[in-house]
Amino acid sequence: MSGRVERDGHVGWLEHTLAGITSSIERAVFTEEHARSRGWLQAVDPRAKLGMFLVVILAASLSSSIVVEVGLYAIILGAAAASRVPFDFFVKRVWLGIPLFAGIVVIPAIFFVPGPRLFDLPLGPIQLAPSIPGLIGAVLFIARVGVSVSLAVLLVLTTPWADLLKSLQTIRVPQLFVLILAMAYRYIFLFLHLANGMFEARKSRLVARTSGSEQRRYISGTIGNLVNRSIKMSNDVYAAMAARGFTGSIRSFQADRMGMADWLSLVGAVAVAVVAVIASRSLA
Amino acid sequence: MTIEPMPVPLEPSPAAAAAVFELHGVRYLYGGRQTALDGIDLRIERGERVALLGANGSGKSTLLKLLDGIIAPSDGTMRALGRDVAAVADGLDSFRFHREVGLVFQDPDVQLFSATVFDDVAFGPLQLGLAQDEVRACCDEALRQMDIAHLSNRAPFELSGGEKKRAAIASVLSLRPDVLLLDEPTASLDPRTKWVLVNLIRQLGEGGKTLVTATHELEIVPLIAERVVVLGENRRVLADGRPAEILADRDLLIRANLIHEHLHEHGGTSHSHDHDLEHHEAE
Repeated sequence: MSGRVERDGHVGWLEHTLAGITSSIERAVFTEEHARSRGWLQAVDPRAKLGMFLVVILAASLSSSIVVEVGLYAIILGAAAASRVPFDFFVKRVWLGIPLFAGIVVIPAIFFVPGPRLFDLPLGPIQLAPSIPGLIGAVLFIARVGVSVSLAVLLVLTTPWADLLKSLQTIRVPQLFVLILAMAYRYIFLFLHLANGMFEARKSRLVARTSGSEQRRYISGTIGNLVNRSIKMSNDVYAAMAARGFTGSIRSFQADRMGMADWLSLVGAVAVAVVAVIASRSLA
Repeated sequence: MTIEPMPVPLEPSPAAAAAVFELHGVRYLYGGRQTALDGIDLRIERGERVALLGANGSGKSTLLKLLDGIIAPSDGTMRALGRDVAAVADGLDSFRFHREVGLVFQDPDVQLFSATVFDDVAFGPLQLGLAQDEVRACCDEALRQMDIAHLSNRAPFELSGGEKKRAAIASVLSLRPDVLLLDEPTASLDPRTKWVLVNLIRQLGEGGKTLVTATHELEIVPLIAERVVVLGENRRVLADGRPAEILADRDLLIRANLIHEHLHEHGGTSHSHDHDLEHHEAE
C-alpha cells in the first residue's frame, strides 16, 4: 500500500489489521503442511494424541522441579524431531512469546517473595534485590508454561485442524459446539478475504482526499455490508444443510478405532507423566 | 431449529408419481413483494435431462430451490415426486424427499461448510441416519465419481474453483439422489475445468438420473440436455423445446437476453450479428 493512499484514506490501520489477521489465518492453514508430513505424531490417532498431551501437561503443572520440567521439554523436543517438525521453527514459535507474557506475570514475584537475596543493588530511592526463592519460582513457572505451550503447539502443528476438532468429541465437547467451531473457522476466512477485497476495491477508486466523517461512514457502511452478506450467507448455508437432510440435530462420522500403536503411545505418555510426578516429589 | 419428519408419509409413493415435477401457475415473491417467478407451468419426466436457460435474475436459482423443496411457492400448485412441495418445505417427509432430490448450489462456499471435503460429502448420509459403513461407501463412491478422492482430507478453502464445484456435487451425490438439480455448475471456471465438469454431468445423465441444470452458457446446453426450458426476463417460461430448435431461434435468444446483437466494423464496413464466437470466427 502506498503511503499517499494511507494518508488520504486514513483507514490504513483497519486494512492492515484485516490483512494481518488474514495472513495469520493463512499461516495457520499453511502450517498444516507439517500436520500432513509423515512423522511419528502425525501417524498417531488425534484422540490418543489429545490424551497424551493432556496427561503430560497435567504432569508438568503438578511438577515442582525444574529438572523434571527440563526433562519433559527434552522429551518434547525429541517428539518434535521424530515428527519432522523443524527445530528452529518449533522453538522460536514457543519461546518468542513466552518471555513477554509469562515473564511480565512473574517479575513482581522475584522481588516480593521473602527469602535470601541474590544481590542488593540500591538504585536511588529503590533497592533492586531479587530473592532466590522468587527467582527459582519464576524459572519454574516459565518452564511449566514453556512445556505446556510447547505441547499445545506440537499438537496443533502435527494435527490437521479438522481432526483436532473431531478429537474434542472424545472429551465430551458437544457435537453442535464442534460444528459451530468448524464453521466459524471456515467462514471467518472467507469473510476476511471479502473484507480485504472491499478495502482494495475502495483503494483502487480513491482519487481524492476524503474527510474523517466520510471515512467513518465508509467503515460503518463496510461493516453493515459484511453483516448483511453474512446473514444472507448463513441463510443460504442453512438452506444447503436443509437440502441435505439437516433437521437440527448433528450426526458426525465416527473415526476408525484406535490401533495398537495409538494405545501404546497413550500408555507411554501416561507412564512419562507418572514418572515425572514421582520424580518431582522425590527431588522436592 | 428442529423440524421432525412425520413417521408415515401422507403422500403417494414416488413410484406412483407420473412426473418428477409438475408446476401449475407457480409464482414466487421475495419478501412478499418482489416477483422472482410469475406463473410457471412445467412438467419434467423421470430420466429427462433439462437445461434451464435464462439471463441473470430470470429466476433460475429460485426455480431450482422450489424444485428442491427448500422454499414453497407463493401461489400456484407444485408437486415433486408426487408430493406437495409446500408441505415438503414445511418439513413433511423432507428426509425422504432430500434423499431423492439433490441440489448443487451456485456458490460452492455455501455448500461446503464443514472442516474437510470428506465431512461435507458425509454430511447428507449422516443426517439420513445411515450406518457408518454405508456412509463410508456412499462417500467413497461420490468422491470417486467426481475424481476428488485425493482431496477428501483437504479443507474447502484450500481448493480451487473447479475442485470446489466437484466437491459440492460430490456432497450431493453421496445421497445417491435420483434427481439432481445443478445451479450454474460451470460458472466462473476455466475452459479445461468447465469441459471436465460437463463430461461428468453427461456421465451422470447417462447413468439414468433426472438432471435439471440452470445455466446461461449456450455452448454446453446440447451436451448436457435433451430439452431446454427458457426463462424470460419477465420471469415466465418463454420457450420449451429441443436444444437444436431453441438454440437456432435467434429472436428468442435475444428476447431472453441470452445473446445480444453486436455492431462493429470489418474492413471499413459495419454490420451486426449475434455476439457468438463461432459465428464471428466463421466470418
